[in-house]
Amino acid sequence: MPLLDFQRDRPIYLQIADEIGRRIIRGALPPGAQLPSVRELAAELRVNPNTVQRAYQELEREGVVFTLRGQGTFVKEDPAMVAGLRARAAREAARRFWREARALGLSPAEAVALVVDMGHSEGEGDG
Amino acid sequence: MVEARGVGKRFGRVWALRDVSLTVPRGVICGLLGVNGAGKSTLLRILAGVQRPTQGEVRIGGHRPGRVTKARVAFVPESDHLYRWMDVQDALNFTATFFEDFNHGRARELLRLMQLEPSSSISSLSRGFRARLKLVLALARDADLVLLDEPLSGIDPISRDRIVEGILRGYRPLRSTVLIATHLVGEVETMLDRVVFLHNGRVVLDEGAEALRAARGLSVEAIYREVLA
Repeated sequence: MPLLDFQRDRPIYLQIADEIGRRIIRGALPPGAQLPSVRELAAELRVNPNTVQRAYQELEREGVVFTLRGQGTFVKEDPAMVAGLRARAAREAARRFWREARALGLSPAEAVALVVDMGHSEGEGDG
Repeated sequence: MVEARGVGKRFGRVWALRDVSLTVPRGVICGLLGVNGAGKSTLLRILAGVQRPTQGEVRIGGHRPGRVTKARVAFVPESDHLYRWMDVQDALNFTATFFEDFNHGRARELLRLMQLEPSSSISSLSRGFRARLKLVLALARDADLVLLDEPLSGIDPISRDRIVEGILRGYRPLRSTVLIATHLVGEVETMLDRVVFLHNGRVVLDEGAEALRAARGLSVEAIYREVLA
């Protein structure tokens, strides 16, 4: 996992968990894939191993990964779980966009129209 | 692992440390953060057993600092104590003669990580590479307590990054306790379990790093600036 750019003003373990979630959604970490060892990921990210440990525990708590003692941590083979992750991430992205759009005085219809338009021009252009 | 209770240190009429109490459990990486002159080095030297407190009690693994603890503590002072006439391998062998717990296998691995050649003469090493070597010499031991005094100061950014990586790869997460004294808060904060701010010889903050971020919505560096400004 290449170096992440963390925000240091928010708990880092949550950001690591979020990033792992994103990679699972994208398919970069497919079902059954093994996550790096806590030690290895911590050294690569230049963070405390306990921070990575907490991130893994959080993901386990959410049913996204599971840990086999002495073997490592693995992505759960569960399509419904991945779909759920994607749905949650999409909702969160929508929430962020809507917050900004509303602050700019857009109505929901105007905001939706913008997104549809963007989707169309991406289809025509380079995307 | 480390217990300090009401520790004070006076030099002449000046109190370098006042009523310092802290507990650092085994396996924790703790940052001792403060400006130059805040008392960080003095505290590390007391924990290392190189200096005695004027007041208060210190216990390292239950023992007072002394011969027993010194065998289990790796102290890397800010000053450059490497002998210029030696090469890297000489420095390893020299350190090994003093400490039974010196692990040559780990030393070799760490040398590789730090991109240090055993045959390089120390006089040919830049400051950054000498700092890397100092770290290797400390982490190659199976010390219960690793004390690093300003391991990154005055060091080039690439060496800093290697040193941070070296600490994370080289320390023993369940066994060693690491105390890092520095004013370069931003460079080390993601590595720290706990942060202790020292100001004018007193502890003004002692919290978990992630807990601070969650509670304050600020980086440890931003909180440091706020608290010590």
